[in-house]
Amino acid sequence: MTTEADTAAGPAAPEWRAHDAARRSTHVLRLRVSAALVAVTVLAVLLVPPLVQLDQQAVDLAAKLEPPSWAHPFGTDDVGRDLLLRCVYGLRVSLLVGVVAALTATVIGTAVGAAAGALGGWADRLVMRLVDTLSSVPHLLLGIFIVAMFRPGVWPVVISVALTHWLSTARIVRAEVLSLRSRPFVDAAVSGGASRWRVTVRHLLPGVLPQAGLAAVLMVPHAMWHESALSFLGLGLPTHTASLGTLIQGARGSLLAGQWWPTLFPGLFLILPTLAVAGLAGAWRERINPRRRSELML
Amino acid sequence: MLELRAVTAGYDRRAPVVRDAHLTVTPGEAVGLLGPSGCGKSTLARVAALLHRPDAGEVVLDGTPVRGFRHRAPREQRTAIGVVFQQPRLAADPRLRLADLIAEPLRATGRRASAADRVAELADTVGLTPDLLGRRPHEVSDGQLQRACLARALALKPRWLVCDEMTAMLDASTTAALVRAVEDYRASTGAGLLSVGHDRVLLNRWCDRTVPWEAVAAG
Repeated sequence: MTTEADTAAGPAAPEWRAHDAARRSTHVLRLRVSAALVAVTVLAVLLVPPLVQLDQQAVDLAAKLEPPSWAHPFGTDDVGRDLLLRCVYGLRVSLLVGVVAALTATVIGTAVGAAAGALGGWADRLVMRLVDTLSSVPHLLLGIFIVAMFRPGVWPVVISVALTHWLSTARIVRAEVLSLRSRPFVDAAVSGGASRWRVTVRHLLPGVLPQAGLAAVLMVPHAMWHESALSFLGLGLPTHTASLGTLIQGARGSLLAGQWWPTLFPGLFLILPTLAVAGLAGAWRERINPRRRSELML
Repeated sequence: MLELRAVTAGYDRRAPVVRDAHLTVTPGEAVGLLGPSGCGKSTLARVAALLHRPDAGEVVLDGTPVRGFRHRAPREQRTAIGVVFQQPRLAADPRLRLADLIAEPLRATGRRASAADRVAELADTVGLTPDLLGRRPHEVSDGQLQRACLARALALKPRWLVCDEMTAMLDASTTAALVRAVEDYRASTGAGLLSVGHDRVLLNRWCDRTVPWEAVAAG
């Protein structure tokens, strides 16, 4: 009986293991590629401007709209500026807008969500109905409305993206706080004389930070896309400031004339970091997944 | 006196879990509340610990009627009652080391300076060795964690203790050690005890009087 069972189980086990190993190696590969891409992006953005003594605004009308070559790996734009340099500077602006806007939105969302969840009752209902109301307005439209109130520049775009993107974080944080609030360890803290503020800051917020952090990271590429969309519509950054949005917008005319490089490369600069961040966030989500964590613990 | 008068409580006003419950614990007395699982005794324990607002009825603490529950209760009233819960895993913040877990009530009430000495003293009372104090909840056993939870409940020298199935998850020797720690504390301070459970033998041996659930609450 036992030998029969053993042979029956025999061939199945390695197959299952091989499948699992293959899946894990895909995960590791995705994680490594994502991490490498994010690292290259951050290094390029931080190191190129101080180290490379080239003027990204240098106009050379004799060399306008040249296809990619050794001298200009990404080609040149319609006034002969080097596109590789413009893309790096553009990525720098877009990334700055993305990171600052995502951080601001996360701070607002965490504060609002934690307050609603920790206070409960009518305060919670009031705040969450406000969040629902704001969510019902298309956020690109709301963003355009906010940007239109200011002169073009980096900060109006940051404000516009931050003020329209804290809603989902507020929802996530509130739900998380509500679930933590009913745990006995919060009862124990209340019984031990902890104030509302202390319960929130010491016991509830540390519990929601991994979720809020994940939301913040995923929001960086989203905010970059918004910056590009606003700039593309001519509402975001002034056209002489290189950002991925203004580069793509400036390239529209030449695309119809068959010059693909001024559109392709800024587009890739927008898509690749997005994919890399999404890959990293996926790995992180897997790490903070409670089921997986409990498996690791046992 | 810790008095529960005509307490009706639950999580939905239309279907209360506890109806018209009366219970009195006099200072220094140990009262066992015996009931089957799901009868609402934990809810009543939460009301007695001022952690759950009853729909009707009142709680009188040392002659003063309690006006608010949870954060609405004055800090002196809340901290006059120490609570130990059934499941230590859920009752411990997973991020805190045991020393911080025990010191939490001291810090929350502004006794930060004396916390370290008091924690060492409490750990000794409940039988926790110093090396355990540096560990986090997932690195200790249920019994060790429940000892830390008892130490936390005793940190502010409460006049009343509410133990909600404190030993239900534990083996016999840990149960005996925890009960002895509670009894030592009560002998030295004269604190009253409300112990809720479903183990008749334990409650009969532990408490001065054991009341069945049917005698406390209606239907």
